[in-house]
Amino acid sequence: MSHHLLEFKDVRFRYPDGTEALKGVSFLITHGESVGIVGANGAGKSTVLLHTNGHLLPTSGAVTVGEVPLRKETRQEIRRKVGVVFQNPDDQLFMPTVFDDVAFGPLNLGLPPDRVRERVHDALRQVNSLAVLDKPPHHLSGGEKSAVAIATVIAMKPDILVMDEPAASLDPKSRRSVIGLLNSFAHSKIVASHDLDLILDVCARCLVIRDGAIIADGPAPEILSDATLLAENNLELPLTLQGRPAWRGTCR
Amino acid sequence: MSLEAAYSGIGRLDRLSYRDTVVHRLDPRAKVVATLLFVVVVVSFPKYEVLSLLPFFLFPVLIGALGGIPAGFIAKKVVAVSPFAVFVGIFNPLIDPATVAIAPGVAVSAGWVSFASILVKFALTISAALLLIATTSFPGICRGLRRLGLPALFVSQLLFLYRYLFVLVEEAMRVVRARDMRSFGKGSTGVRVFVRIVGTLFLRTVERAERIYGAMLARGFRGDLPSMRREALRPSDAVFVLAAGGFFALCRFVPVPQRIGSLLQGLAG
Amino acid sequence: MHMADALLSPAVGGTFWAGTIGTIGYASKRLSARLDDRTVPLMGVLGAFIFTSQMINFTIPGTGSSGHLGGGMILAALLGPHAAFLVMSSVLTVQALFFADGGLLALGCNIWNLGIYPCFVAYPLIYKPLAGDGRSARRVLLASMAGGIVGLQMGAFSVVLQTLLSGKTELPFGTFALMMQPVHLAIGIVEGFVTAGVIGYVRASRPEILDGAASSAPLAAGISLRNVIVGFIALAVVAGGALSWFASAHPDGLERSVEKVTGKGELPGRGHGIPAALKSVQERTAFLPGYGFKPAAGAPKEKKQEIPAWPNVDAGTSLSGLIGGVLVLAVAFGIGWAVRALRGKDAA
Repeated sequence: MSHHLLEFKDVRFRYPDGTEALKGVSFLITHGESVGIVGANGAGKSTVLLHTNGHLLPTSGAVTVGEVPLRKETRQEIRRKVGVVFQNPDDQLFMPTVFDDVAFGPLNLGLPPDRVRERVHDALRQVNSLAVLDKPPHHLSGGEKSAVAIATVIAMKPDILVMDEPAASLDPKSRRSVIGLLNSFAHSKIVASHDLDLILDVCARCLVIRDGAIIADGPAPEILSDATLLAENNLELPLTLQGRPAWRGTCR
Repeated sequence: MSLEAAYSGIGRLDRLSYRDTVVHRLDPRAKVVATLLFVVVVVSFPKYEVLSLLPFFLFPVLIGALGGIPAGFIAKKVVAVSPFAVFVGIFNPLIDPATVAIAPGVAVSAGWVSFASILVKFALTISAALLLIATTSFPGICRGLRRLGLPALFVSQLLFLYRYLFVLVEEAMRVVRARDMRSFGKGSTGVRVFVRIVGTLFLRTVERAERIYGAMLARGFRGDLPSMRREALRPSDAVFVLAAGGFFALCRFVPVPQRIGSLLQGLAG
Repeated sequence: MHMADALLSPAVGGTFWAGTIGTIGYASKRLSARLDDRTVPLMGVLGAFIFTSQMINFTIPGTGSSGHLGGGMILAALLGPHAAFLVMSSVLTVQALFFADGGLLALGCNIWNLGIYPCFVAYPLIYKPLAGDGRSARRVLLASMAGGIVGLQMGAFSVVLQTLLSGKTELPFGTFALMMQPVHLAIGIVEGFVTAGVIGYVRASRPEILDGAASSAPLAAGISLRNVIVGFIALAVVAGGALSWFASAHPDGLERSVEKVTGKGELPGRGHGIPAALKSVQERTAFLPGYGFKPAAGAPKEKKQEIPAWPNVDAGTSLSGLIGGVLVLAVAFGIGWAVRALRGKDAA
């Protein structure tokens, strides 16, 4: 039984139009870790995420999930272990009702109807969204959609939860709610985000990507308080570490 | 109608369709069948028939009342879509030379009678159609159609259409609004701008479809859309269809208004 | 323009529904056989796109009137005729339900008029041959306009036929056709322009979408003009036969029994009118057809007997009918009002 849950070994990826998006990415994630991925726009964050569930296949190098190497034939198997929540919930909620969306994954796993129903209820309960069970997705607010999108993935009980900008375009209350959710999950987690405060709140470890390669890998509090490193990557210190002086007087 | 106005009209109908009343709880198949039956029977009346159509108003009126659908809302929509029928029907009084007495001492061109018939049929059939969607969620109708035998492929993409309809219209409103803010009152869209708006929407639509497909794959999609519902017909559904059908048949073959009128006259005189 | 229920007869509406359902089934089957996974969500979302586009009006230069995109041609260019037809059917279905565009019986006619002609006739026979590989903007414009015009002309003519066959209006064939066809010619030209414009825009920005589509949605091998025409003739014969059978087998009996029950007196024209009208195209255009049979100008004597509904100006019957009618309406709406009041008390 491998100690490692997810492994990238010198992964290179070139898009069909020639852009080299990943130039040798390597890292290991073990069971129970929660890892943040940060970097400038276009650095390769999303590309890395899209490799975790086989949406993209490496041009060279290897991705391994548990015991299973990522290949075209093993993608289905890997998708049972890796659940990816994409950036835009509207793209993820494509069924007529919330129930149908959350049931989609378990049904594709081949579970019988009563087990599916169980999974749906459990998942929605975990994200505090049981109330919207029968609603159509377009009747939900942004925060509700994000929560349900997460539920659609955890209903499959993946080993590892991968999320791309989970709190983008959410209002502060919904954002706080998502942070609370993520912290309540026992899953191993990978979260890519510009929201460094969220990363700080959710992840113990942080990777920094620049130009398709990992240039830093360490405990999140350490990485995210390194102002120089962050600045080199078009990032700033998390707001909670910026120590803004109390505002007084008028603007000038 | 402006984009915003049309969108809010659809939005309201859509929200009404998810309410919970005795009518909403009826099986979609029963409602679809009853409504189609209604339309066919109404439309089967001959050209000059008006009075015998009147009892049929009970069906939309009752459905609307039991379903909690605002009457004014339906009435406004009926009027809003009437132009074509009015436009074609108005020729009847102009062309039909025959005259007919509709009351003691009152004679009009028969064309007015047939025009009135068209209008009444129009009001009945359109309100019945609106009430169908107002009391049955669109996915419910789709499931009903599937159970009635329409191909799965057709129904699946119909559901996708419905799901993304609202998303796309909102996107379109943003694009059109942006155009509006930059056109400094030049009025409505010219062809060139329209092409660009539609072209942009089209590309975004295709990209969105790619992302949706990616999300489906990520949750194990392998080509068959799974479904779970096994809704059985209940006695109330059968009762509804039979009662409605019986009422329609009765009013089709028995001239109810005339009978009632004669009865009253008999009692009075 | 969309057909409306109120202008249709059950026979005509039913026949076209049968044709539409049959075609939906056929197209679904053909598509299922060689379907790419990603096509179903693509079809659905494109349907939403067409629906949305049709909600945006634009002004036609020079006329000031507003036009909008049909969409059948763009869909067919992208998805092939079968998928395009299914998508157009869906768009029309949603419009029929949410916008009450015409009604539920007329939906069968509308899908036929606005789906079958653009996707199965205009696209394969006009657009595709003219546009070729789609790289020449000029050819695409020509193809879009020709295809748009033909598709709309056929659709408009269909509406005229359907209205006439149903016999609820007095509009003579000539007048109606003269109103519909030129208007739709103008609409077709504009739509052609817009279609070509959108296709050109897409080709400029993301050509691979159109190229990928062209190769993955090939026309059925062996589709020839001759086959299509034969198919349509066959369909017309079947439809005509079905209509005649329906008319001769039932309405006679239906009308007779209605006459007996209502005691409306002699209606000599009726019994002959329907089956005769439906069996002979000549009669249909010479006489205004339909249930309420109207004789030609040269038969004034028949005219008097043909006034249906209230032939004998029986004041008593008419008055009682009116009274009963008013009462019926009052009762119907009264019930509705009462139910609403009761429900209001229970709240929710």
